[in-house]
Amino acid sequence: MLRITDLFARVEEKDILKGLNLTVKPGEVHAIMGPNGAGKSTLGNVLSGRDGYEVTGGSVEFNGKDLFELEIEERAREGLFLAFQYPVEIPGVSNMEFLKASVDAKRKHHGQPELSAVEFMKLARETSKRVNLEQAFLKRGVNEGFSGGEKKRNEIMQMMLLEPSLCILDETDSGLDIDALQVVANGVNAMRSPERSFIVVTHYQRLLDYIVPDYVHVLANGRIVKTGGKELALELEKKGYAWLETEAV
Amino acid sequence: MSDFQHQAIRLTAQQQPLTWLEELRNKATDDWLAQPWPTRKTEHWKYTPMQSLHKTILYTWGATASQTLDKALQNELIPMDAFQLVFVNGVFDPAHSSKLPESVVHFSQANAEQQELINKYLGKIVEGEQHLFATLNDAWLDDGVLIHVPRNQQLEKPIYIVNVVTAVKAVNNQRVLIVLDENSRADIVEHYFSSADVQNGFVNSLTEIHIGDNANLHHYRLNLEEEHALHIGAVHVDLQRNARLRGFALALGSSLMRVDYQLNHRGQGAELDLQGIYLPRNQQVVDYHTNICHWVPHCTSNEVFRGIVSDSAQAIFNGRIYIHKDAQKTLAELSNKNMLTSSKAEVNTKPELEIYADDVKCAHGATISQLNANARYYLQSRGLSRAEADVMLSFGFINELLEQIAQPVVHDYLQPRLAKLFGRDNSLIAASALAELTDD
Repeated sequence: MLRITDLFARVEEKDILKGLNLTVKPGEVHAIMGPNGAGKSTLGNVLSGRDGYEVTGGSVEFNGKDLFELEIEERAREGLFLAFQYPVEIPGVSNMEFLKASVDAKRKHHGQPELSAVEFMKLARETSKRVNLEQAFLKRGVNEGFSGGEKKRNEIMQMMLLEPSLCILDETDSGLDIDALQVVANGVNAMRSPERSFIVVTHYQRLLDYIVPDYVHVLANGRIVKTGGKELALELEKKGYAWLETEAV
Repeated sequence: MSDFQHQAIRLTAQQQPLTWLEELRNKATDDWLAQPWPTRKTEHWKYTPMQSLHKTILYTWGATASQTLDKALQNELIPMDAFQLVFVNGVFDPAHSSKLPESVVHFSQANAEQQELINKYLGKIVEGEQHLFATLNDAWLDDGVLIHVPRNQQLEKPIYIVNVVTAVKAVNNQRVLIVLDENSRADIVEHYFSSADVQNGFVNSLTEIHIGDNANLHHYRLNLEEEHALHIGAVHVDLQRNARLRGFALALGSSLMRVDYQLNHRGQGAELDLQGIYLPRNQQVVDYHTNICHWVPHCTSNEVFRGIVSDSAQAIFNGRIYIHKDAQKTLAELSNKNMLTSSKAEVNTKPELEIYADDVKCAHGATISQLNANARYYLQSRGLSRAEADVMLSFGFINELLEQIAQPVVHDYLQPRLAKLFGRDNSLIAASALAELTDD
């Protein structure tokens, strides 16, 4: 699915990722935890192809392809999905049309016909129910005036519509109350399958009570410094990160 | 004095004016001839490309009906349940118009009472020296339309005034006078369009609006003419105590497209919202000049204009807000945002704020911006190509204003048409389909 080998990346002349290695197989859920500034969000941005994130070394293979040869939108159409920590508000662009355009883009890429407006509306309506998002939100501008929780549910809804093979959740739990967290987690769990993998980036162990990972990695100073099972998250919750950072240096 | 000024006056010989309007006409003729022709040094005309007007020969007044008319009307009319007035090449076309209510009358058919009303307001909304072409409109005044809504009344349907130009080399002079008495309300749509092959014509339009105490007007002015059209127009408004105006302006661009809004707060507590969109492409020009004057305290103005300028097109926006020293507690905001989609596109924007009162809250801003890189990344990360994302974001930039149009039919008419300009008509989901989205 995903093989990251010795990845180096910099943002604004500053080295952030310094030799990161990670392999994700189909069906696996990997949690990435770590202190602020460790490079957690950078990893998601580098994988999705955001401008300003310069890859200075290493390689990423995604479903057998060289990820860095693909444009942002090609990565998405090939099945990579990044749920944003801060989903962007785009007033004037209808959420419904945006969602349809993205689903159609993916279908076209895979040689499938575009959905008719009626077909898509039916699909969108069903999907919005699964994430408890009122249908009125579909008519509004993209994320326009959405609360933090509504934005994150909209992300999960997009994920459901696009059916990616690799989902990267970038601190999707930040700013969520416990109810919203459950909705998000249920959405993710409903999508778990032997073919689909997840990278869950989070600060807190809390989310991992709901989305139970196969592996927990600690990212510190631009590298994975420790890998364990789900119990590692509990340990981190108790002990913090400091002991690992010293260990890593 | 310019050749154009002479030609313009020569045309008046072909008219048969109404005797009771003669005084206004004669005075305007003198004023028109006495006014210096604007040059590049004339502040309010310096960016307006008058050369396209110089090249125009004013041949003759327009005449009704050509063969293409039915088709043009069929394709272009807003399907609105409204009192409809159709003017073809400046001439009223009863066949395509609906039976008019009592409150709508042609100047030529006005009774004594209505004549008195016309004399009271016509040419008097703006005091003192007026817009050069408003003067020309007076000088050319042959007939016009009076919309008068009496006290405490509300028009049962919107009024839809259609001006279509189908003839080559036709000149026409449009005049509308709207008088809303105290506590009345109306929705009025003015729609200008032309057939594609029309050249060497000139439309000079003037709409004057008096909004009485506590009265409420929704006014739309849609300039959807083709590329070769030449249109200069103005909307003059005064608002009395607690009056409300919601105005919407749209222009696609032509060889010359200039519209001036002159708005006066004359009674306390009045509120005005004015929104505008301009979308010139190719070699087209759009020029909006707006001037909002607060003469009295406690009034509110909120003005938002947005434009997207493509190819080698040019946009001009000049938005002035004037606050008299007596106009305390004024709230006024003006925003003008522009987007250029080509390196040859040009915009000249100038917000002007003149404040002589000390207890007011005013804000203004004009920007020329690029598309938001974060928003573009977000759309691309969901599989849209960069080009698709840009189209979606550009359209979204103006769609934000379209979404605020109060008349659903006008919104539903404009949205797909403007989307088409962005190549987005196929991806729109019809409003009727979206309406089915309700939470049960």
